[in-house]
Amino acid sequence: MSKKVLVLGETREGALRNVSFEAIAAAKKISGGGEVVAVLLGEAVSEFGNELVAYGADRVITVEHPHLKSYTSDGYGQAFMAVVDQEQPEAIVFGHTAVGKDLSPKIASKLQTGLISDVTDIEGEGADAVFIRPIYSGKAFEKVKLKEDGVVFITVRPNNIAPLEREERSGDVSSLSVDITNLRTIIKNVVRKSAEGVDLSEAKVIIAGGRGVKSKEGFEPLQELADLLGGAVGASRGACDADYCDYSLQIGQTGKVVTPDLYIAAGISGAIQHMAGMSNSKVIVAINKDPEANIFKVADYGIVGDLFDVIPLLTEEFKKVM
Amino acid sequence: MNIYVLVKRTFDTEEKLVVSGGQIQEDGAEFIINPYDEYAIEEAITVRDAHGGEVTVVTIGDEEAEKQLRTALAMGADKAVLINTEDDVEEMDQFTAAYILAEYLKDKEADLILAGNVAIDGGSGQVGPRVADLLDINYVTTITSLEIEGETVKIVRDIEGDAEELETSLPLLVTAQQGLNEPRYPSLPGIMKAKKKPLEELELDDLDIDEEDVEAKTETIEVYLPPKKQAGRILEGEIPSQVSELVSLLRSEAKVI
Repeated sequence: MSKKVLVLGETREGALRNVSFEAIAAAKKISGGGEVVAVLLGEAVSEFGNELVAYGADRVITVEHPHLKSYTSDGYGQAFMAVVDQEQPEAIVFGHTAVGKDLSPKIASKLQTGLISDVTDIEGEGADAVFIRPIYSGKAFEKVKLKEDGVVFITVRPNNIAPLEREERSGDVSSLSVDITNLRTIIKNVVRKSAEGVDLSEAKVIIAGGRGVKSKEGFEPLQELADLLGGAVGASRGACDADYCDYSLQIGQTGKVVTPDLYIAAGISGAIQHMAGMSNSKVIVAINKDPEANIFKVADYGIVGDLFDVIPLLTEEFKKVM
Repeated sequence: MNIYVLVKRTFDTEEKLVVSGGQIQEDGAEFIINPYDEYAIEEAITVRDAHGGEVTVVTIGDEEAEKQLRTALAMGADKAVLINTEDDVEEMDQFTAAYILAEYLKDKEADLILAGNVAIDGGSGQVGPRVADLLDINYVTTITSLEIEGETVKIVRDIEGDAEELETSLPLLVTAQQGLNEPRYPSLPGIMKAKKKPLEELELDDLDIDEEDVEAKTETIEVYLPPKKQAGRILEGEIPSQVSELVSLLRSEAKVI
């Protein structure tokens, strides 16, 4: 049985996020040949419509309103529910992003349906689709499905489901006018703390430092390598507790759970809580002075040595070949 | 101020998981208050101390969860409520939990409800916002700072590493992110006092909830551990040659760069 699927498209710093293309690919699987309709909410977002079509959306609906300039659960909630009322979808896919995590429970509550969040893989298609998600921060996985008839609602973790090839496709981009009122939250300001706009959860490459980094300044060579590779810098709890970096960089069972293509752990011993947050990365490189460090147990490649020797050399070596 | 904190009993983060019969084995495991809920409890106590009122911690579970509630009372919460679902609910999901909590909270006239932004076991991060929606109050997730000035609530929240500053008002539900505060350890006098603080136990009947109303919407078919990673390669030789070998391996073998 085919399903009509709504996908929330998201932009960040003036461009569509990769996770939105991944969400479209997930929606295609769930749709079992049904229609995939992407939804864009914002102040001025219609210019992004065709790009979502190129990545596989059959149709795009935009809701534009000054009150949608910044995300609020009230504003986005009203706009998205208006689209739901018009389209009557049988499934919904969001990215498991700051917006997706905040908005999806509200929409699921209004639709009185189950929400399967942080999905990393989908088995089967259409009505038989079963969703795989990490639990205990990746120490284990579960397979989940919706119990009975109802709207199938999932959020997909960035970097896990491959997007479709970008192709010239045709699809209608239309707008829906929604009255957005009674916002209970007023956004005052956003202070940028993440470097270069590469978000940890979406980064393809992460260079993470632990206690071995020894100081705030110690993160500089890591940042340099991350910048070169278009990645982001992360940290272990040890480094955050020692005040070498902000808690927003923490990776682990408390902190962020990440699955980049390449994870370079520098001066991280590999506490079980940290490993829970990164052990599902595709390729792991460990750099540590202590050959007995736990982190080597999950590493694909290890270098026993001082990170302050290894990381700058690594940066130089990558510069030569890239 | 009437303050409620939603807490969950979870596996200690030190625990290794054992799966047998398609389920995670709990025998002999250590349990803790979900670490994000600890931030919520700490913040609730701080708000009460500044503005007056009462902090009630609420959990859903079985009798085992009493231990975590006593810990919250020892930290400084005033009252605890255990909604014991052991006999009534076989399978629970986020819909179930939110429904039960909202039914409990609906006539409590809570000014502020706090919860962790995510539980480290199930990791769904849904229950807080779902409860707020059912109660028709506003919510703000992943907060790192909370200031209440009269009617206005000033909040900073973490959005993927950036700090968003916003204003809203009570009644409100917030979910705690790391960095909000440093949770206190229960003091010895706190632990003694906690033994005498009220801990109410309720069942679904007491909340006029039918078992059918809270039937889970989702179903877990299987639980499994990730495949064990094969031991990796520790490179050898002088550091510079290891580094160039690593770069070529990442490009040609692993193909990630």
